[in-house]
Amino acid sequence: METLSIYAPRLVTKRQSLTPGHRACSGCGEALALKFVMKALGRDVIVVMSTGCMEIISSQLPYTAWEVPWIHTLFENAATVATGVESARKALARKGASLPKAKVVAIGGDGATFDIGLGALSGAFERGHDFLYVCLDNEAYMNTGIQRSSATPYGASTTTQPAGKASFGQSTWKKNMPAIAVAHDIAYVATASASYPFDLMNKVKKAIAVEGPSYLHIFAVCPTGWRIPTDMTIRVGRLAVETGVFPLYEVENGKYSLNYDPPQLRPVIDYLKPQGRFRHLTPEMVDKIQQRVNKEYARIKEKAAQ
Amino acid sequence: MCYDHELMAGASKRKLKSALSANSYYFSGDEAIAEGAIAAGCRYYAGYPITPATEIFETITSRFREIGAVSMQMEDEIASICSCIGASWAGAKAMIATSGPGFSLMQEAIGYAVITETPIVLVDVQRTGPSTGQSTRVGSGDIMQARWGTHGAMPIIALSASSVQELYDQTIDAFNFAEKYRVPVFLMAEEATAHLRERVDIPEEIKLFDRKKKAGAAPFGTEESDGVPPMPTFGEGEKLLVTGSTHDAYGIRKTVDSLAQEKLVTRLHSKIMNNREKIIEYEEHYLEDADIAVICYGFTARSSLFAIERLRKEGKKVGMLRLKTLWPFADRAISNVGSRVKKMLVPEMNMGQVVGEIVKYASCEVVPYNQVNGEIIHPHTIIEQLRALL
Repeated sequence: METLSIYAPRLVTKRQSLTPGHRACSGCGEALALKFVMKALGRDVIVVMSTGCMEIISSQLPYTAWEVPWIHTLFENAATVATGVESARKALARKGASLPKAKVVAIGGDGATFDIGLGALSGAFERGHDFLYVCLDNEAYMNTGIQRSSATPYGASTTTQPAGKASFGQSTWKKNMPAIAVAHDIAYVATASASYPFDLMNKVKKAIAVEGPSYLHIFAVCPTGWRIPTDMTIRVGRLAVETGVFPLYEVENGKYSLNYDPPQLRPVIDYLKPQGRFRHLTPEMVDKIQQRVNKEYARIKEKAAQ
Repeated sequence: MCYDHELMAGASKRKLKSALSANSYYFSGDEAIAEGAIAAGCRYYAGYPITPATEIFETITSRFREIGAVSMQMEDEIASICSCIGASWAGAKAMIATSGPGFSLMQEAIGYAVITETPIVLVDVQRTGPSTGQSTRVGSGDIMQARWGTHGAMPIIALSASSVQELYDQTIDAFNFAEKYRVPVFLMAEEATAHLRERVDIPEEIKLFDRKKKAGAAPFGTEESDGVPPMPTFGEGEKLLVTGSTHDAYGIRKTVDSLAQEKLVTRLHSKIMNNREKIIEYEEHYLEDADIAVICYGFTARSSLFAIERLRKEGKKVGMLRLKTLWPFADRAISNVGSRVKKMLVPEMNMGQVVGEIVKYASCEVVPYNQVNGEIIHPHTIIEQLRALL
């Protein structure tokens, strides 16, 4: 491992198109993930971004962290603006315009992807545009102050589904967004985490290499919203994978493969315990979550074995 | 001028168990709106996070848990307003709160609520625009959108508050108007008042109006003079057909019938416009001998009153009229004041919206003052503007 730490940084470009000095909270796992995404994408890229944390922190006037073309859209329509950009460039190229090569990448948070922008995303997948959609999933509306989304995990406390006497927090299970993307029969779908940077960057490169739409779902630890110390971001991201809460897998042309499959999963309590948003959970609820995680993990494993 | 005496005939004075006990409280505007809704009997809230209205959602969520009402987070604003329409037809008093971008998304459903005569309350905590604008800063650029935003625009009711207490009171008024006239009612709040903390006095009893019911009556037509048909609820045994297409008194679709279209639209228009004197409320200050009147609404009225009282001390003959109801527009009050003063100053946190209405009805000179920098209009700015006119 020690030798790896010497060579690893040399494998990654130092050049960043999302520059440091932006205004993310300390320990932000989402900004970290976005940095890796941008490093893997390189410079020939047009970024279409939904309203959300990453839009806010990277673009506080009069500053910008972006060194590539960037268009901030509304909350719900990153995928549709990307549609326009991609199609128009295609049409102009067909008419003989000499345009520099560029990949269109739409980026949204979980609220923008799972909730308000789901219809727009589905439409863009169905039309088959050549673009990558990156969902940075921090499991709630963090930009407006930790309101639940359909990405919020079961049992988590948020301001619009708070844990207390009458409620234990989120009462529904997290929507299976990668499965929805897979159901569109697109060429590449993958999950990734900023705690596994090389895996993440490899997947970004794979995703932009395919013709047509691709979907990358990135787990983004949010110390502010999850109530964890800011130095725990990477650790909690690893725990999510090691416990099977957020398995890393990819689906290439419908074929599943599991990228990280430890001989034995850690119990989910290891992942839940450090987080303030889960601190009210009873052992029965933890057990319920464990069973669900086992079931979901087994399902993905089974698909990967096919 | 107050609707309180005539309109609310049929309203009962009572206090719901869920409402806060009579006392003084220290609330933000958003919290006051949430408490006002609970006091008015709101039992269904559909929300979607948006600055600066999110605190209404958060307050209602925790309070609704206590009283067993339903607060639902939806996937977007379109879903929020549509679920409120459903809840209203299921018999619940329903509310949504949003800000500019969400208000824009809701416009199609607002038209649907108008044509189906569905009582809902919509709170728009206005911020700067257009689009995302500056989400934490104040503006009042949605006034015209409230009236004309949905296609085939029909009269609605829109209220404007200047204090946290008034946000509480007007939320209750909004529910009463919605139930009385079967129309979407907008509370045009502003970021500055929504995030302001002030004392709110909650009374012993509150006047509440519940929608009219009459077994067997047509739900979309009436011969009554107020033009508001009774409203059945799903499951009460009435044959109930609800549609956004043009319909007759029984909800049967009439998509190529010119007479049905004319009859429906005329009634939707006149049920608000014929009753407008009962709905419209405004407040006059120092107008008896004034040469110049400031016409204002919302937070700007606080600065205006301060400015006028300062100038009065210097013996300047200035006064103001504060609109508490923005729609239907207080045309008679404006034309009355317009005939008494020499000039009117209309300060607004937009590029000029209400001023256009004032020009229509006032016979005197009308001078707009527009500020769109995301800040409140300060009293000294209004003093300067008034000095220039004196």
